[in-house]
Amino acid sequence: MESVDLIYKAIYILAIFGVTLLIATYSTYFERKIAAFIQDRVGPNRAGPLGLLQPLADAGKLFFKEDFIPAKSNKALFIIGPGIAMLVAAMSSAVIPFGDTLIIGGHEIFLQAIEVNIGVLYIFGVVSLGVYGLMIGGWASNNKFSLLGAIRAASQNISYELAMGLSLIAVLMLSGSLSLRVIAEQQAGFNWNIWYQPLGFLIFLICAFAETNRTPFDLPESEAELIGGYHTEYGSMKLGMYLFAEYINIFVASAVMATLYFGAYNFPFMLELETWLVDATESAITANNIVTLIGTAVMFAKIFLFIFFFMWVRWTLPRFRYDQLMKLGWQILIPLAILNILLTGGGILLKDYLF
Amino acid sequence: MTENLFYFLTSLTLLCALMVVISKNPVHSVLFLIITFFTISGHYILLNAQFLAAVNIIVYAGAIMVLFLFVIMFLNLGKGAEKGVKTSTLSKIAGTVAGGLLFTVMIAALKDVEIAGYNPETYNSQIGMVENLGKVLFTEYLLPFELASVLFLVAMVGAVMLGKRETGEQHF
Repeated sequence: MESVDLIYKAIYILAIFGVTLLIATYSTYFERKIAAFIQDRVGPNRAGPLGLLQPLADAGKLFFKEDFIPAKSNKALFIIGPGIAMLVAAMSSAVIPFGDTLIIGGHEIFLQAIEVNIGVLYIFGVVSLGVYGLMIGGWASNNKFSLLGAIRAASQNISYELAMGLSLIAVLMLSGSLSLRVIAEQQAGFNWNIWYQPLGFLIFLICAFAETNRTPFDLPESEAELIGGYHTEYGSMKLGMYLFAEYINIFVASAVMATLYFGAYNFPFMLELETWLVDATESAITANNIVTLIGTAVMFAKIFLFIFFFMWVRWTLPRFRYDQLMKLGWQILIPLAILNILLTGGGILLKDYLF
Repeated sequence: MTENLFYFLTSLTLLCALMVVISKNPVHSVLFLIITFFTISGHYILLNAQFLAAVNIIVYAGAIMVLFLFVIMFLNLGKGAEKGVKTSTLSKIAGTVAGGLLFTVMIAALKDVEIAGYNPETYNSQIGMVENLGKVLFTEYLLPFELASVLFLVAMVGAVMLGKRETGEQHF
């Protein structure tokens, strides 16, 4: 790899990391604003104009609180727990294509941190590791409620990973590739996967809610029965890291859904726009760059829409009971996902037969 | 570079694998086992087999080890282990003798081993890619592959059978 490429990659990875953290920070603000809007309140409005500095105030408060470690806890694991949660959450945005190629000074730059031919599996693997942060933290606290929360988180994540993987298989059958870049390129224009995979998307969406421990699947931290769930014993920035990791997970889940089902950086009439721009600016490079930048903006718009959806659901639906959660995962979602695979396979064969 | 990476990964793998056995706390053992799986995935990546690396992490580190951790947390094995397990002198002697014998046998067996090298000219570096792996599995090794799936089905039926509520039995 050339050193120019290496420097560009380093800058890009840092930028994506920064954007991830920024979006996660402001997700906390918008979570409270949207909650306030839905419950007919005002929400945070003291720190800065419209309360925009509220996340900074929250972070400052968490940093200056006493860093408390319970006496009979497993000290090393108690500290490692939130670290793992944060690390794993921040890892997964590496393979997501946030845009098409930019051409700067003759260099083709693809707006994706690392391109691997197993991108979907990478995301799936990293998501399946997310549960360790909760489990280790919950167990190391040496508290019954924390342990119950950790055990709930583990069984919930394992159950919903199965349905999630099965719903992904239908997408992979359509695209014939595990690379997220290829999957994104195939959905050029308005040819999005959602038109072919509505059922698969629904299953994936439900599983994404369960994997990120969001309402209506937030049983690992249901405060009515478990105090705070796996982070009962946590305070200060360690608690902050757990909460922050949840918002990063929401961002990544939204980005994955936008990439796999909603055409990533593609938008309708993008090819027409590019040909028109080539005529207007008389430069293929400028036209390409403008379309790419619009595509990146569209990608982030899709991500924000999904993040909003996550919050909307949180303040609308009540929590499941635990047996209902297990029944939904094992007896409804998994058979539906298998049915979806059969339907997709049948559809692909029918298309080959007819055309 | 690759060679250094290989030796680093190998020593890390062996160290973590040893720590799995040496650790007093079963939860620590499980966590070291998870690191061992990661280092083995690192070896797969060095061999250019990214698919195997990802699947190794998803299946072993992501699912099976979570269940291990789950069971150990439930059984709360950590309590007993903290006091230290007493081992009798007789079993210590027996362990030393058995371990020494195994060591001698291993040396005798490995003395004349020839490492099957690879020919760099005919070696296909893409052999670990998912397309090639799929082709091999579904053509050359189709029968063993399908038989393995039957084995999984049998295991699943067995698990359902064991977990099923018998007539007259009450759990709650």
